[in-house]
Amino acid sequence: MTLLWIIGGIVALVALGWVFRAAGRTTGNATFRDMDLSTAFGYAVALVAVVAGIYTYFLVETAVFFRWAVQGFIIAAVAAFLFRLLGRHVGPDSTRKLFRAMPLTASFGILTILIYAILAIFAGLIAPHGQAEVFGTVNVLPGGDPAVGGDPAFPLGTDQIGRDLLSRLIYGAQNTVGIAFATTLLAFLLGGSMGFLAATLGGWLDNLLSRIVDVLMAIPSLIFALLLMTIASAWAGSHKELLTVYMVIIIAVIDSTRVYRLARAVGSNIVVMDYIEAAKLRGEGLGYLIFKEILPNATAPLLAEFGLRFCFVFLTIASLSFLGVGIQPPLADWGTMVRDLSQFINFAAFSPLTAALPLMAAGAIALLTVAVNFVVDWMLHKSSGLKE
Amino acid sequence: MTTSAKPKLLTIRGLKIEGRSDETWMPIVNGIDLDLHRGEVLGLIGESGAGKSTVGLAAMGFTRDGCRISDGSVNFDGIELVDASADTKRGLLGKRIAYVAQSAAASFNPAHKIIDQHTEGPVTHDVMSKSDSEADAMKLYAKLRLPNPDEIGFRYPHQVSGGQLQRAMTAMAMSCRPDLIIFDEPTTALDVTTQIEVLAAIRNIVEEFDTAAIYITHDLAVVAQMADRIKVLLKGDEVEEADTRTMLSAPTEDYTRSLWAVRSFVRPEKPPADPKATPVVSIRNVTAAYGKVTVLHNVSFDIHAGRTVAVVGESGSGKSTTARCITGLLPPRQGTIAFDGQELPADYRKRTKDQLRQIQMIYQMADTALNPKKSIGEIIGRPVQFYGGLRGAKKRARVEELLREIELEPKKFYHRLPSELSGGQKQRVGIARALAADPKFIICDEVTSALDQLVAEGILKLLARLQDDLGLSYMFITHDLATVRAIADEVVVMKDGRVVEQGAKAEMFAPPHHPYTDLLLSSVPEMDPDWLSNLLAERGADNIGDAAVDKM
Repeated sequence: MTLLWIIGGIVALVALGWVFRAAGRTTGNATFRDMDLSTAFGYAVALVAVVAGIYTYFLVETAVFFRWAVQGFIIAAVAAFLFRLLGRHVGPDSTRKLFRAMPLTASFGILTILIYAILAIFAGLIAPHGQAEVFGTVNVLPGGDPAVGGDPAFPLGTDQIGRDLLSRLIYGAQNTVGIAFATTLLAFLLGGSMGFLAATLGGWLDNLLSRIVDVLMAIPSLIFALLLMTIASAWAGSHKELLTVYMVIIIAVIDSTRVYRLARAVGSNIVVMDYIEAAKLRGEGLGYLIFKEILPNATAPLLAEFGLRFCFVFLTIASLSFLGVGIQPPLADWGTMVRDLSQFINFAAFSPLTAALPLMAAGAIALLTVAVNFVVDWMLHKSSGLKE
Repeated sequence: MTTSAKPKLLTIRGLKIEGRSDETWMPIVNGIDLDLHRGEVLGLIGESGAGKSTVGLAAMGFTRDGCRISDGSVNFDGIELVDASADTKRGLLGKRIAYVAQSAAASFNPAHKIIDQHTEGPVTHDVMSKSDSEADAMKLYAKLRLPNPDEIGFRYPHQVSGGQLQRAMTAMAMSCRPDLIIFDEPTTALDVTTQIEVLAAIRNIVEEFDTAAIYITHDLAVVAQMADRIKVLLKGDEVEEADTRTMLSAPTEDYTRSLWAVRSFVRPEKPPADPKATPVVSIRNVTAAYGKVTVLHNVSFDIHAGRTVAVVGESGSGKSTTARCITGLLPPRQGTIAFDGQELPADYRKRTKDQLRQIQMIYQMADTALNPKKSIGEIIGRPVQFYGGLRGAKKRARVEELLREIELEPKKFYHRLPSELSGGQKQRVGIARALAADPKFIICDEVTSALDQLVAEGILKLLARLQDDLGLSYMFITHDLATVRAIADEVVVMKDGRVVEQGAKAEMFAPPHHPYTDLLLSSVPEMDPDWLSNLLAERGADNIGDAAVDKM
């Protein structure tokens, strides 16, 4: 019976698409004339989805999260549009040109990253309270409305031991993002230089490095990181702050293997160019070859990889913190916040505000990941010169 | 060969094409008219950027990504292609209009056998069944004089040579017996000896099936053999159009005349070199190998001060490998390279900075020879700083002097990136980089083969002037005998890693020749529309091109 419904639905959508295309063709527009039925089907599905969305938004009482998502999406889109508009009219010619050719997703990504960066850098000034400051009122709900359990003093509420969640989110940006950034930088320094070295010199060094990287990559990265973190926590003993340093090094080494692969692949495409041969015949040293001839030509793919790698590192840190071996309390961290508040998610059905507590930290992680990916996509698109 | 009695097949009127660059639409083609009758071959010539390929593609109702037809009409046999629906075009392309691309190696799908790609068109257009089409393919292969026509189609593209692949692609274009074929520089990437076979094959098959064709090329001598009429384009405008013989004998426009005159550049003969003088570079009994495959066998020749030695041969003959041995990139197995009578270390890493400085190289592809992320000033400035130790204002002054030397305005070009330069300008920067080291000897590896004839002539003149001014010695690697005639003092002919003949230029161009030299010389197209017919009549189809090479 369900199957019949599904088939019937698809047939109805195809018919809708066909009608849509036929209607379009009467206008004589070339786009409709050359349109495939599959494309028309896609438009029909989109149309139905939009209608269903509007119905849910206005007429379904219980769809609170859907409403929040739609509102968030609209706010984000408007903010991105305004930001792009600003970029197009303010600043030097080069950035204006960049903004003119920028898709909305990329401008949203850049705006979000900027906001995160500002929050992270000026966390101490922006946050209303300290990250470890404990208040008397526990489990205050977000929203600041006393009628439903909020408190205007804590607009995003407090956790089980009475720490202000807004402040902890802002400090979390500093800790989680800052550490992830440092880790990614270290991973690139390590993987990038090794990769270029292997590509330029080749021979036994290339083989040795590549086999080491193969071995490291053969072990599932999160489990490997957990294993090493366990060893590191034994080494660190009572020095909890040392553990963070160990974590940075461990994740950097594990992630540098991926960077190595990319740098080696990009590098070996560049070293066969005639200008590298010309530089070699000139008698240039290894350092000049790598930093002055190869690196400038590898920046686009490496930068794109930097964005992606940053997301992965950031998620790994959040996961490790969630599992309790990452960033150590009392430092605020989004992974730890999700873990601490995770049981509230069970109240989603009858108290959306309560469930929002862990979702805020999770949302902060998701938003940054999405934003970085938007920017990376755009950069990849630009550097590859693809049209679609 | 007047074909105007035949019905019109293609009519293009006021065709305008624009390309998007830097946020604005720039005109590429400004209003071209073109008529093509059934069974007629029209040659489109012009330098790169003239819009000839764009016009060729527009004749199929197609534009490249980022281009659009902004105005005009393309009428193919009563069908308006500019605003035809995708369905209409799908029915025409491949079936009634076919396209042969410049690089067959890049246009065949390496994952499928040649014959499977051949039959795809006829089968999708319901012209023939798969088995009929396969049988037809073998007949076409035989007509195009491909070896083993019954078997060659079952190979993958990488298993046949470039010239054979280009002929297989022509066969593929013929598979549906189209009314119109567009040939986009089909022989530009081929050696002269291979080119002649492809030309003969294309001409035969086009005549036999009475197919109309647009033949796009920048090589005048080639178009003279192929076309009934010639249209000359310059920067998107038509310069003139006339039938081939009129065009060759009496061009009316100055631009056309300048194109015709390109091949007339010849340097004055120099007195023979003193045999007792120490040669600048002396290659003695060099044998070299890539891995286990020996590619150079006992190669010896000398290059004297202030003279140009042209090394000639087709691809794979070991010309570039010899250059790699001289520069030290490929240490020879046996034999030595001496510079000014002094033996050089075989590996470039063991040579001193001064030894490296004395031998410079100019590359074929200026695109890959210049670092795309560095400005012209940086590219030329680096050897100035590296070898001469100049810095700051002195370095800048030297770079500007070099830029003036290669006839580029220093102020305009100092901060530009290679991507902002034309092909000829890039090649000039490559020359300046070599000059910056202040060398005695420069290896020019096919420096003009990627350039248009007018631009190439400019480069050759520049190189000749620099030789006279600075007393440089050149080793000039080329497969183009017109270039050899223009610039060389001595010629070395190579084949399969061996030197088959060497001597002064005058001797080399006068008989008697070694059979291979003779074949090379006779394969160079001449500006005579009857040249190919005469040659075929004289030598027979089996004694030209690769077939003749195989017999040796």
